[in-house]
Amino acid sequence: MRRKVAITGLGLASSHGEGRAVHAALLGGAAPVLDEARFAPYPIHPLPPLDFAAVIARRELRQMETWQRLGVYAAGLALDDAGLRERVAEIDLVVAAGGGERDWALDEQILAAAPDEAGRHRMLMDGLRPTLFLAQLSNLLAGSISITHNVAGSSRTLLGEEVAGAEAVRVMSARIAAGTSELGLVGAAFTSERLDMLLLYAMGNQLHRGPWEPLPARQGMVLGSGAAFLTLALAEGATAPIAILSHIATDQGRPEGRPARLAALLAAVPQRRAGCLVISTASGAVAPTRDELAALGVAPDLFSADLLGHTVEAAFPAGLALAALAIAAGTPQVLVTGAGQWRGEAVALLERPGLLERTA
Amino acid sequence: MKTRIAVTGIGMVTALGFGTETNWDALVAGRSGVRYITRFDTTGMRATIAACVDLPEDQPGEPLSVSARVERMGEAAIAEALAQSGLSAPFGGPLSIGVPPVEIEWPQRSSFGAVTYPALIEAAQGTVPLYEEFLFGGAGTRLAERFGTTGVPQMVTTACASGGSAIQLAIEAIRNGETRKAIAAGSDASLQPETLIRFALLHALSTRNDPPEAASRPFSLTRDGFVMGDGAAALILEDEEHARERGATILGYVLGVGEAADTFHRTRSSPDGLAIVRCMERAIADAGLSPADIGYINAHGTSTPENDKMEAMAIGMLFGEALPPTSSTKSMIGHTLSAAGAIEAAICLLALQHQILPPTINQEDVDTALGLDTIPVARPHTFRAALSNSFGFGGQNVSVVLGAAD
Repeated sequence: MRRKVAITGLGLASSHGEGRAVHAALLGGAAPVLDEARFAPYPIHPLPPLDFAAVIARRELRQMETWQRLGVYAAGLALDDAGLRERVAEIDLVVAAGGGERDWALDEQILAAAPDEAGRHRMLMDGLRPTLFLAQLSNLLAGSISITHNVAGSSRTLLGEEVAGAEAVRVMSARIAAGTSELGLVGAAFTSERLDMLLLYAMGNQLHRGPWEPLPARQGMVLGSGAAFLTLALAEGATAPIAILSHIATDQGRPEGRPARLAALLAAVPQRRAGCLVISTASGAVAPTRDELAALGVAPDLFSADLLGHTVEAAFPAGLALAALAIAAGTPQVLVTGAGQWRGEAVALLERPGLLERTA
Repeated sequence: MKTRIAVTGIGMVTALGFGTETNWDALVAGRSGVRYITRFDTTGMRATIAACVDLPEDQPGEPLSVSARVERMGEAAIAEALAQSGLSAPFGGPLSIGVPPVEIEWPQRSSFGAVTYPALIEAAQGTVPLYEEFLFGGAGTRLAERFGTTGVPQMVTTACASGGSAIQLAIEAIRNGETRKAIAAGSDASLQPETLIRFALLHALSTRNDPPEAASRPFSLTRDGFVMGDGAAALILEDEEHARERGATILGYVLGVGEAADTFHRTRSSPDGLAIVRCMERAIADAGLSPADIGYINAHGTSTPENDKMEAMAIGMLFGEALPPTSSTKSMIGHTLSAAGAIEAAICLLALQHQILPPTINQEDVDTALGLDTIPVARPHTFRAALSNSFGFGGQNVSVVLGAAD
């Protein structure tokens, strides 16, 4: 027997700022916060100043770069929002991650010097800060969350761009539904102000060039800095559930099968009610975005990437967080969809607590 | 009553060779796969040795990338496991695989002649094969598509515990009723110059380069760090009834898994050892066993001064006077990082099948203060269950309990 899972806390940080109120105000549509100059021709949604030092001890801050700091910060927001600080020892953690920042200045020094292989290794040995490795390792966002916030249940990190963010939520939700976990913290962080990430996605021809345009008009991704963490718990007994995660499903396969997989995922979503809001976490990458919109049939009410920029691993969790905010604002039901820039598809349905129980 | 998870196929690649038989023979013989690194220039490096899996595609000055080697070794291990299980591609169940994070490497980064990132980004625009090679989800996805696994391939990275986490995700999916069979695997080839340098800067690696075979010496007085290793392993897991219905040979069981996060430090276990104890305890409880049922421990045993001391202490706390014989096969195959949990679970299954304990080699100066029977030479042993430990940087700890076939 599957148990119902509730979203009980939200930790959101983006170019607009942090917290529930700032992001709830975006739901009616809002102008993006942009930096179109720094990485031109690629516009990005930059991170505003956040007071990382207020929540992360100085000796810990030194071992992280922005990606980890942002994630640790947003995870803390979620724990506070859910009022779970006293129960961190029993919380299970699932993080979707890419990796941490490189030392771009050192990279450029090496590129400029063009040394032979041994010379390159010498420059790396002399130039790399020992602690930078710990800031880069993918699983150390989760490690830093455990260290900073004392989250001490299990800890898992999934790789794999957008769909890893959705799969992380699905895995955590399935554990709670099956009774193998009582409390979960799940999410991801992404920083767009990163030359190494721009390089990777530019190699794939996946970046939108030129002035910002709304998602349906884009020819590629406009990246955004942001993090989204959710706390999940059993719906029954949750003191202040924000939304019920009544359905989440993911799939993946070769690109040519994407339209069929999206159609199947959407067909398996429980019945949508009148007034169901649709939030798409489409990346802006051309083919997957086209397939996602075609599968939906009607235009989504909201593209999270219009508001936040595309936040890769954090995109689906951020879409769920925006959906939970919409539920909190009175929307009865929200469908969240997403198709990864390269692979992977996901759908989720959120409902107002209480609504479900009355009709069940 | 929990469904027992049967293992019906095992595949393995390490520096000792390709295939479980080759590996098992070498492990029992106490052979080391550690050697001088030849696929890149190690001039001036502190550590110049590793348990390397070099492949025919490695060209002088142009070794395979981490991503490509992960994919090649993962493919070999999964193909072997699948063939043994009597199943074939398309597999029709999910894949959970421990893999390392990947990124563009220096041969690629410096191939465009650009000296600044903006110039590099412009020059590299549209080199789609490189993008696909270096996506975090790239290698795992190609393996999923090669073997026709279903759903999202779970590419798990919990550092040195990744292989154990992959087994855990796979058995959860079977126990939840999401699937009746799954592939749990690990593949790691983090050995590239920058990673070797980064680990050396953390003082994590053995610098006892001469002779290479003596460098990985877990539980010895002169252990001075781990030796990086390439490798991969795959297990075909099925709910027991599914395996029996199709008449498959059951090689052993994954009886239980436990995990526990440590909040103490990025690279060190909590000095009280409690997170590790909790992790082993949870795995044994998940298996429905008690510590006395464990007949062998395949230790995390990295050969770092810190790990081996902490792990021995935690084993002592949990098992009291009746310590099971404990070896670290990393003494022979190095530390295969994201693959270690899968490779070492596979070694436990082989040990249970053969009723032979694989050794810890290089025990001339065993650290007797640790109080362990480290199995300096392989020996016969009668046992029904084994425990495999994997503890990762970042405090991510996983233990797996393996059981003998009935």
